[in-house]
Amino acid sequence: MKMPRLRRILLLVLVIAVLGGFGYIVARTGPLAAVRVTVASPERRDLQPALFGIGTVEARRAYAIGPTSAGRVKQVRVDVGDVVAAGELVAEMDPVDLNDRIAAARAALERAGNALTAAEAQVREAVSRQELAEPNARRFSDLRRQGFVTQEAADAKHHEANAARSALAAAQANREAARQERARLLAEQGAAGKLRANLQLRSPVAGVVIARDAEPGSTVVAGQSVLRLMDPTSLWLKVRIDQGRSAGLQAGLPADIELRSRPGERFPGRVARVELAGDSVTEEKIAQVAFDALPDGVALGELAEVTVRLPAIPNAPVLPNSAIQQRQGQTGVWLLTGEGKARFQPLRFGIRDLDGAAQMLDNLPPEARVIVHSTRELREGDAVKPSEKLAGGRG
Amino acid sequence: MISLAGRDILHSWGKYAFTGLGLGLLIGVTLSMAGIYRGMVDDGKALLANSGADLWVVQRDTLGPYAEPSSLRDDIYRGLLGLPGVARAANVTYLTMQARQGERDVRVMVVGIQPGEPGEPRYLIAGRQIERTHYEAVADASTGFQLGERVRIRRHDYTVVGLTRRMVSASGDPMVFIPLRDAQEAQFLKDNDAIINERARVLANPALNRPGVPGLAETLSRSQETSRMVNAVLVQIAPGWDGEQVADAIRRWKRLQAYTVAQMEEILIAKLIATSARQIAVFLMILAVVSAAIVSFIIYTMTLGKLREIAVLKLIGARNRTIAGMILQEALGLGLIGFLVGKTVATLWAPYFPKYVLLEPGDAARGFVAVMVICALASTLAIRTALRVDPATAIGG
Repeated sequence: MKMPRLRRILLLVLVIAVLGGFGYIVARTGPLAAVRVTVASPERRDLQPALFGIGTVEARRAYAIGPTSAGRVKQVRVDVGDVVAAGELVAEMDPVDLNDRIAAARAALERAGNALTAAEAQVREAVSRQELAEPNARRFSDLRRQGFVTQEAADAKHHEANAARSALAAAQANREAARQERARLLAEQGAAGKLRANLQLRSPVAGVVIARDAEPGSTVVAGQSVLRLMDPTSLWLKVRIDQGRSAGLQAGLPADIELRSRPGERFPGRVARVELAGDSVTEEKIAQVAFDALPDGVALGELAEVTVRLPAIPNAPVLPNSAIQQRQGQTGVWLLTGEGKARFQPLRFGIRDLDGAAQMLDNLPPEARVIVHSTRELREGDAVKPSEKLAGGRG
Repeated sequence: MISLAGRDILHSWGKYAFTGLGLGLLIGVTLSMAGIYRGMVDDGKALLANSGADLWVVQRDTLGPYAEPSSLRDDIYRGLLGLPGVARAANVTYLTMQARQGERDVRVMVVGIQPGEPGEPRYLIAGRQIERTHYEAVADASTGFQLGERVRIRRHDYTVVGLTRRMVSASGDPMVFIPLRDAQEAQFLKDNDAIINERARVLANPALNRPGVPGLAETLSRSQETSRMVNAVLVQIAPGWDGEQVADAIRRWKRLQAYTVAQMEEILIAKLIATSARQIAVFLMILAVVSAAIVSFIIYTMTLGKLREIAVLKLIGARNRTIAGMILQEALGLGLIGFLVGKTVATLWAPYFPKYVLLEPGDAARGFVAVMVICALASTLAIRTALRVDPATAIGG
């Protein structure tokens, strides 16, 4: 029973295909298969560390304008977006009875003026009386000495002179009181006027209205804002940076700002200030970053991504951060040994940049092969097979 | 001595090979079903292994964070770090949702992690780990995302900077890792309409918007819009400490629930995926029984088809042992071919399943033994029939 050659070959091919396929699968999967990895060697290059944070656009100088005492808003003369000059009347509170009180004060002042005039007249009268009574008293005194008048008449004239002196002192005191009264009323009138002026809300600076919080007729309490202004040239970013990654943050560092409304566009800026008080709840440090040149159309409250560049570290030994592993409480990397096995090497790392390069603090020979990516978690002594790439994608 | 079985197979090897192939496909399906079951369990285990935690600290009286919702304040981890035996502790959030990428959206589990802390992906197959504290993502390769792509998760776009694999939720959804702060926002911050409505609601409430206390309503609204909640704290235990001991201290003094790896595995496998896994397991049993029956029938009918030849053999004086051996060898051969083909095709088509299929070598070995035993048993039936054949049928018919 001889088989034709063709069939024999076909059979052979089929047997080889099945066995080969099975063998291939056993070798590629399952416990015998080597873990596929990519490797890299430590390289030396300039490391450009940077800090990354999210900021919102804020005004460095913003002003809330409101009354100093509770009251009703009478009128609001500007609206959001209006440009106002320093000292411009922007809103007014309802004076209620203040005008009447000012009128009353004015009338009282006039009355005090008249009272002063009367007092002055009285002084003049008293002076005149005194001027008459004094010589009379002196004359009667002389006449008494010569015996022409009775003692009684001389005493009477003496008394008249004394009375006239006292009347003058009284009149003078009256005049002083009237003067003081007038000064008091004048001051009162001034106070009422100032109170009145205080109801007129004026802009302290040249700026732009950013909010109109109260409308005419609404009641506001002391300190509540009617209008809010800001200085449009003082816009900057309040940036929050994670405390864990904020080492080296200080004023003066250059920064790149990417506004949410303009993705892909980068505006240069600079850290203007680092706040001493951080946020303990969100565990963030807060820094203010100012634009080098303020772009047009920046709105308050807009979100921005801010990258603060730290001084570069020249010629640093670096490894990709995906090589860094934690194993039994130790930080390190997996090395590919000459026999194609994985070996864990504890290693310390320092600064990292935002593109995933980490500075090595311990020495690793430059020819060392460090496992960067792997298809599963590695164990000591795992057989590994380096390949160019484990997954598709750009990079 | 010549091999009767070999001769017989070679005589009609095409038929034999195709029978083996068909049998192999059936065995392949059975192995795949076992793989699906194993994959399901393994998804659960992978979730635990990948989180890199020794303890899960969750809201009290919950089975969180995977089997039940759990929420904790995000500053609790500081208190946990102070406990003896705790080496590292990190907040983590989990949110299953649809992530948008261009036109399509993918069902993913968004994991909020603190870069460099427990919970971050343990290995990558491409790219790098998260370095910026906002708007970067590491995705499981099965999401189909590519490095450098922008993915939309709720309110923000994230750049995919790294790819990993086998990082899945208990239900097999691939994970996308994003920085914790972003994840908290994605999980708790509502859409714009909801935020504005909520603000209006606060302003309309006279108890909250009091005329004498300006700014109260605004402050309240702001406090409603920020979230300081996480789903769990992952804790790594210092060397030399017992997990249960530390978990006990957390339960007792922090009044939180803490699960060890063993307890978590119990929750995931015995509670979370129990029904679906049992469903698959029952189906696997039925499939195994059906496969066994089909294998038996194939061998039986194969023998029945050769009754005339067997009668001839008997006629020329072949011993019963020779005939029985031939049938047994053929059956075992068929089983061997079937197993080889089955294992091969199961492995080949496993990657095309949308969820993970784990073909364990142990299962393959058990499957091999089972196939051989079934073939041997089936052949006894066939042998009985063959031996009862009357040699006269060879000439009579």
